[in-house]
Amino acid sequence: MITVLDGRKNQVREKGRDDRPVECGRMSLAGSVSQRACVFCGSRVVLYPVADALHLVHGPLGCAAYTWDIRGSLSSGPELHRMSFSTDLREEDVIYGGEKKLRLALQELIEAYSPKAAFVYSTCIVGLIGDDVNAVCRRVSCEKGIPVIPVHSEGFRGTKKDGYSAACTALSTLIGTSEEKIAGEFSINILGDFNIAGETWIIRKYYEEMGVRVISCMTGDGRVDDIRRAHNASLNVVQCSGSMTGLAKIMQREYGIPFIRVSYFGLEDMSQALYDVAKLSCSGEMIKKAGNIVKREVSEIYPELQNIKRDLEGKRAAVYVGGSFKAFSLVKALRHIGMSVAVVGSQTGSEEDYEYLREICDEGTVIVDDTNPLELSKFMDDKGVDLLIGGVKERPIAYKMGVAFCDHNHERKIPLAGFEGMLHFAKEVHSSVMSPVWKFSPAYRLRKGIYE
Amino acid sequence: MLLRHTTDNIIDRKALTVNPAKTCQPVGAMYAALGIRGCLPHSHGSQGCCAYHRSALTRHYKDPIMATSSSFTEGASVFGGQANLLESIQNIFAMYDPEIIAVHTTCLSEVIGDDMKQIINKAKTEGKIPAGKTVIHTNTPSFKGSHVTGFSNMTTGMVQYFSENTGDRENRVNIIPGFVEPSDMAEIKRIAAEMGVQIVMFPDTSGVVNSPMDGKFHMYPKGGATSAEIKSSGDSSFTIALGSLASTQAARALDSKCKVPFEVLNLPIGLRATDAFVDLLRKKGGVQVPEAIMTERGQLLDVMTDMHQYFYMKKAALMGDPDQLLSIVEFLTDLDMKISCVVTGTPAGTKFEKSIKEMAGGDTVVKSGATADTYYFHQLIKKDKPDIIFGNTYCKYIARDEDIPLVRICFPIYDRVGHQYFPLTGYKGGLRLMEKILNELLDRQDRDAAEESFELVM
Repeated sequence: MITVLDGRKNQVREKGRDDRPVECGRMSLAGSVSQRACVFCGSRVVLYPVADALHLVHGPLGCAAYTWDIRGSLSSGPELHRMSFSTDLREEDVIYGGEKKLRLALQELIEAYSPKAAFVYSTCIVGLIGDDVNAVCRRVSCEKGIPVIPVHSEGFRGTKKDGYSAACTALSTLIGTSEEKIAGEFSINILGDFNIAGETWIIRKYYEEMGVRVISCMTGDGRVDDIRRAHNASLNVVQCSGSMTGLAKIMQREYGIPFIRVSYFGLEDMSQALYDVAKLSCSGEMIKKAGNIVKREVSEIYPELQNIKRDLEGKRAAVYVGGSFKAFSLVKALRHIGMSVAVVGSQTGSEEDYEYLREICDEGTVIVDDTNPLELSKFMDDKGVDLLIGGVKERPIAYKMGVAFCDHNHERKIPLAGFEGMLHFAKEVHSSVMSPVWKFSPAYRLRKGIYE
Repeated sequence: MLLRHTTDNIIDRKALTVNPAKTCQPVGAMYAALGIRGCLPHSHGSQGCCAYHRSALTRHYKDPIMATSSSFTEGASVFGGQANLLESIQNIFAMYDPEIIAVHTTCLSEVIGDDMKQIINKAKTEGKIPAGKTVIHTNTPSFKGSHVTGFSNMTTGMVQYFSENTGDRENRVNIIPGFVEPSDMAEIKRIAAEMGVQIVMFPDTSGVVNSPMDGKFHMYPKGGATSAEIKSSGDSSFTIALGSLASTQAARALDSKCKVPFEVLNLPIGLRATDAFVDLLRKKGGVQVPEAIMTERGQLLDVMTDMHQYFYMKKAALMGDPDQLLSIVEFLTDLDMKISCVVTGTPAGTKFEKSIKEMAGGDTVVKSGATADTYYFHQLIKKDKPDIIFGNTYCKYIARDEDIPLVRICFPIYDRVGHQYFPLTGYKGGLRLMEKILNELLDRQDRDAAEESFELVM
């Protein structure tokens, strides 16, 4: 068993050796090099893709600076979301309060950009200096006639998950505010896809081809008006379950809209998503169409996947991602290209998630919640992995170790969702794992037994 | 067209920053702390701060950036962060075993009012700091200054915790390099070595954030100034502080604590600023400038001479950090270029604005501090279109929208490599900067040239 700090022992398991549940949902140990972020980060990433809304970060400048255009969430129209607006609170504001500055900033911005709605994110100190953000939002909303929605995302109020939930609450205040009635046909909302590199467009295309009407893609290429009429949908289809299940539950309670959890990564999960939606439509026609899409798309990419698989057969991966649902998909997707997963973890998984991970993983797989670089690098070394899948902070760690890397976080540049995304994913993995550069790494040579 | 929202008309804004041209203090403190050997920077605040700063520095350097967080909770925000910091210190030494923990505060812990000195003392008395290990701190509230002042504060913290006057004055010069790249720090050391001057330089991030690939993950790469070196700075005979905003404070602290006199110079970027640095180093080190350095100077001057016609009256717009801007503006004017505007989000004071105007002329628009942001910079560019832009990666949006070439300077640079390894400082650095400018200008000239005036020899 790999040595980890006492306080974290229960957050790490090795399948077959120690099958007790993975402890999770805890705050990171104070003083750890956690890869996790904060409440604000959670809210900001979820709401960011609402492209025709104003996103104003109320606080000192840093929080706005670090989240300026970092997420490759594309918009087919307005791009107001890519601007970085901050009240840039200074010392005097901290002493005398930032309400006036917030009000002025909102007024200036709404006049300049005429957004459809405004989200106001509270950062850490706003909670402490006691600004009545709700009151300012109400007032400006009355004056300007658009929804101005406070997002209570003070960083210290919990984990990134709590930020997701604050974002869901914010979105729920918009939902149902449109009078528009959409009746008759089977319709869905796409929740929790962020349109990174245009992924939502790919998914939407499949659904529309099946004859499903997509009312809103809230968090990918999102539009305020679509969100306002989202309550008309027959079904909510939730990806990235960690972030948006909360909203789906609210909508189930308030509007009686059922929801399903899906994933668009990998062949099985993508197909399953289409079949699940089709089944719930109770339309034989749709089920048939879903089958046709799956058949067509899979046969299109299958030959090339097989070629890639030949090269990658037997190689091992470590997976460390934000949400556990993505981890499930990646385990399955990697299997399709001949790779096994030796280490798998997430920042926000639940006990059931880890249970499921254990089911689908091979014996000896390390399963970990909220890891840190030292641990992760040790797991990777011990298991001799050829690839790490993770986010921005993990990339250089893998590279320094002479291990290939695939970015499956918001900095990815190519769509990895959908059937075509599976092929992109395979190519991306192939391009890194098979790179000649690793041959020059001493670690690689040691691993391959050709060094001295 | 990210910036299509930028309007041509400049409207006075009071309460709003759009597309910032700076970031907050803690990230600068984190970067400075990485310039101490075996040091783990620690962010005393919410987890997000630490994650954002690590991401920003990781993107900029493409190297693993290690730092820890106090992981504030609701409770900490009510009852203070003492318990979190004490627990952190204990955990960090147990888990990661650094030589030094360098704590910086955040807006949250500042507003709560945590007394860092007292907490660190408490950790000491409670035996949470193992023998031979050190915890240092600095205050970096995000609602003051910028990443540059954060760097300055942490550097000053190093003096306050480590520097010691033992009474034995050594013939040695301290160099505080300012908020520059690891490549620049290495270059400054190289110049001093070439001149035969014994120096102590801190912080020194070379070898830490541009470490070699050796097949292993190192929590503490080999670079960095050692605590013993920083301690010995108190016995040095003189301090050269490079960059007034990033380095003066630490030099002054060293003077008042250990009676080491100092002089502040502009960052040695460009011919004149490097001359000033080399000259002061010569005087204080009691050496002569060796031929090797004179050759480098001569080569820089040679290329300036060879290519001076291509710089003539070319108009530049600059955005970045004050210390860099001062030196680069001086260099550009020496190259006979015109400066249309200079913008920095860092509050740099009227002296900065005056200095720039003295060098660049009264027509140059200079703005620093609140509302001096990328949006404003873009508006200035729209009003008075330059031939070339100097700025960080975010300026690529402006460069693309307005079809103007961009030379990347300052922080952050997320989309190119080179700054980690090739300096802008020193005569060699001047040559590199000039090459970058020339490449942009000449590529543009080639691209736009009519068939008959497309030149082979330039």
